[in-house]
Amino acid sequence: MASVPMEHGLLIAGILFGLGLVGVLVRRNIIFMLMSIEIMLNAAGLAFVVAGAGWQQPDGQIMFIFILTMAAAEVSVGLALILQFYHHFRTLDADAARRMRG
Amino acid sequence: MNAVFYVSAGVAIVSTVMVVTRLNAVHALLYLILSLLSVALIFFALGAPFVAALEVIIYAGAIMVLFIFAIMILNLGPEARDQERLWLDPKAWVGPAVLAGVLLCELVYVLALGEGHPFTAVNVTPKQVGMALFGPYLLGVELASLLLMAGLIGAYHLGRRIKSSGPEKREES
Repeated sequence: MASVPMEHGLLIAGILFGLGLVGVLVRRNIIFMLMSIEIMLNAAGLAFVVAGAGWQQPDGQIMFIFILTMAAAEVSVGLALILQFYHHFRTLDADAARRMRG
Repeated sequence: MNAVFYVSAGVAIVSTVMVVTRLNAVHALLYLILSLLSVALIFFALGAPFVAALEVIIYAGAIMVLFIFAIMILNLGPEARDQERLWLDPKAWVGPAVLAGVLLCELVYVLALGEGHPFTAVNVTPKQVGMALFGPYLLGVELASLLLMAGLIGAYHLGRRIKSSGPEKREES
């Protein structure tokens, strides 16, 4: 639909990305941080699709498919890491792992 | 179609705010699924039905199921049952249900439009996407398959329970 201005779609994507960023910065539960990263990836994909629809080109949707692939791989590795983190520290607090073992 | 776009954008923003502010992980997950569904409706309104279907199937379907599995695995214990009882409280699901109802009303409205049906107003058809994906972007597809393979192996490697090192004591602050 060309009737929706592209700026509005990009604005929505920006707002969603900002909310995800706030989530990563504010929450300390590692599952919430992973969810916020998902929100940010989704917002980036939304921006690509809005731009692709604005110029009537398929490239935006292709970039969204790549982002989807990346998100799937990232979530599987991230959740495996979270399970190991929980077995190791018995908590989901990201601050528990702030010290490195040198 | 403009109204559909703006209403689903509003639902997306409200549900994303709820994701960031919820204390309970499963409540946040409900709102996150809702946010993804409303983004899918935005794609639909923009004339990209193929990506809308992918968003629902892969994001709201597969990836969220992974999240639910992880939360379920981490929640084992006697306090999980009390929590389960708490979740059956209407307070937990009324918010997502109302927002999902808004999305459903939009979908019914779009389907009832008839002439202005988004399938007749598709901006970029799935065929175009497929032609470009396996034409100029073929290298990207190969790299994506490599990435998925790496993700699979990485998740398998990290997901193993390490037997030799037991649960070490938590680090004191």
